[in-house]
Amino acid sequence: MINTVTILPAAKNDLRSFVEKTSGQKLLRCYQCGKCTAGCPTAYLWDLTPRQVMRAVQLGLKEELMRTHSYWLCVFCQTCSARCPQEIDIAAVMDSLRHLAILEKRAPAEKEVALFHRHFLRLVHRFGKVWEVGLGGLYNLTSGHPLANTSLLPAMFARGKLPLLPHTTHNMEEIRNIFKRAEELERKSAGPETGRKA
Amino acid sequence: MAVSYAYYPGCTLKTSAREFDESTLKVCKAAGIELTELADWNCCGASSAHSVSPLLGLSLPARDLQTAEALGKPVAVACAMCFHRLKHASHALGDAAKLKQVNQVLGKEFRNTVKVEHLLTILGSNGSSYQVTKKLEGLKAASYYGCVLVRPKEVMELDDEDNPQLMDRIVASLGAETVEWDFKTECCGASLPLSKPEVVVNLSHKILRQARQRGAECVVVACPMCHSNLDIRQKAMKAAYPGFQEMPVYYFTQLMGLAMGFSAAEMHIDKHLTDGLSLLKSKGFI
Repeated sequence: MINTVTILPAAKNDLRSFVEKTSGQKLLRCYQCGKCTAGCPTAYLWDLTPRQVMRAVQLGLKEELMRTHSYWLCVFCQTCSARCPQEIDIAAVMDSLRHLAILEKRAPAEKEVALFHRHFLRLVHRFGKVWEVGLGGLYNLTSGHPLANTSLLPAMFARGKLPLLPHTTHNMEEIRNIFKRAEELERKSAGPETGRKA
Repeated sequence: MAVSYAYYPGCTLKTSAREFDESTLKVCKAAGIELTELADWNCCGASSAHSVSPLLGLSLPARDLQTAEALGKPVAVACAMCFHRLKHASHALGDAAKLKQVNQVLGKEFRNTVKVEHLLTILGSNGSSYQVTKKLEGLKAASYYGCVLVRPKEVMELDDEDNPQLMDRIVASLGAETVEWDFKTECCGASLPLSKPEVVVNLSHKILRQARQRGAECVVVACPMCHSNLDIRQKAMKAAYPGFQEMPVYYFTQLMGLAMGFSAAEMHIDKHLTDGLSLLKSKGFI
């Protein structure tokens, strides 16, 4: 997928600066051994493998990396982080990449995965807790997969596993403020590394 | 002497994993562990908050930890995912700058002095005294821990990252036999069941397949997400992988309850989508 590479001096490598700042990891420690890829349960679906993602961050290949499916398919099992001989928390790097894509409002290569996260948090913002029926319903209505998982519903309802009404946290003002202030602070401290080149 | 905890059930234990909540409460009560549900708790943010906003991912669990801190009680958690997020927040907020930021978000003072423990540690520690009245002799179980319960080791402080033993010891104390296997901490597909169900079916079927190859008759779990992925997708596994044989998946608290004399109904064994009753009947436990 990547043919020619321009290696950016560290000061201009906005991608690496952002990831190092938000994940707290030292990216240049990666020497490309590939243990992360070997242990990753979903790497068989990634267009750039975890090892290649690490390389792309080192090289500052922001546009190429942001377009990939890879970091959206990370399920945060942290096998990579546990096995990295250089003690890099690679899962935290994947979190940073998702965070960057969202801050920059990029269209996600895995729109269903991104949609799941968005609906999940929308429900927590609304009720303080996750409402599973609502989550499934919102996902099916907006993902283009209206019948996804519906074959499981009769058995789940019959066993009382899916209450129709949401449980809520009472002090919702506090929850809404948490969402609001976290977003404000994060935008303020995002720094000059974020933003897309015209 | 009763040990007292602020109990954080988490969202799924009140809905799709009710049997985990109810078996936890009954078993702990019988074992002299006092669990008082944390007042007005909120979602820990689970798989989504940290994926899109690190600060939100720390602040949501911090609100719950702050409530427990004000009570002066340690927090007991059953759900592995919630445990992971609460422990992660405790650990990350050891950094004074991050704690200051989170306090700004919370709008109140959290000092990060509260202890968070998983039910496996609480029930499996030497201090815990549960009485086994009906040994589960002859049952062969595979203890499945999943990813987030044990990783990263220095943050979760629960057990070994690759070959944990805590649940195995509990299951063995009930009279059952645990098998040695390689998939104890492999990933089941985690939060992908809505967006990528085929991935969950693939990863989870590999886990159940190896459990069977190693002689297990059932899998025992401590995580509602693992349970859901392993239990409710077995019909899809059968369709996708010919020769796949169904296998019951129990919460460790359900097996504890049965061995402590509770009935199958009290432990809600009938709440699973994959039949969990026939195996227990065939062994004469219920």
